[in-house]
Amino acid sequence: MKVLYFAWVRERIGRAEEEIDPPAAVRTIGELVTWLAERDEQSAHAFENPKIIRAAIDRSHVRPDTPISGAKEIAFFPPMTGG
Amino acid sequence: MTTIRLQHEDFDAAAEVAALTRARNDVGAVVTFAGICRGAEDGEPIAALTLEHYPGMAEAEIARHVTEACTRWQLKGVTVIHRHGRLTPGENIVLVVTAASHRQDAFAAAEFLMDYLKTRAPFWKQVERAGAAPTWVAAKTTDDDAAARWDARRKSREAAE
Repeated sequence: MKVLYFAWVRERIGRAEEEIDPPAAVRTIGELVTWLAERDEQSAHAFENPKIIRAAIDRSHVRPDTPISGAKEIAFFPPMTGG
Repeated sequence: MTTIRLQHEDFDAAAEVAALTRARNDVGAVVTFAGICRGAEDGEPIAALTLEHYPGMAEAEIARHVTEACTRWQLKGVTVIHRHGRLTPGENIVLVVTAASHRQDAFAAAEFLMDYLKTRAPFWKQVERAGAAPTWVAAKTTDDDAAARWDARRKSREAAE
């Protein structure tokens, strides 16, 4: 599946998007955050405070307990500051 | 009539109002909100704001809230334009225009849309200051509170029905 990052999450990870293939045990957005954070230092820094990370699946906001099965595009970003 | 546009280019608020009201006589109220880049944040002068967005989701999220506004209030037309990229103080950032037969619907819908744009539309502001590295604007809890009160109103209305 494709993962996108925005704002300081993108800056900390060091890329805007990537293809990932998490193991089957990673079932939810929250579990995916934990799995990504364990990969390397940049990801650990980006996801050091999971509570403030927002997520979207296929361009709709989702909560950490949302299952990721079937997702084509998952995005992680900080709280929004538009308007 | 709904218009949603994301663009770097500036917009003309008067032209957008005219487009919503042209050749019709059922509109009795138009509310226009324009958000403009301030020259200072937290008392410190700024050089520019750069707005990053999530293409595809930003349009979809704004459209969802326009649809929700149309179910809550009697609206004849809505226009939302959000700029992205680098904007300097005094430049327009966002435009919300709501047209209705009566002012209450137009006022409420415009405020609702702005409250949700602030907290739910995937945009992020970065501040540039002279002689300093750019910094990301932190989300304000007052904006979350402003958006949450509309959820509370919907719940109380649903409970009453």
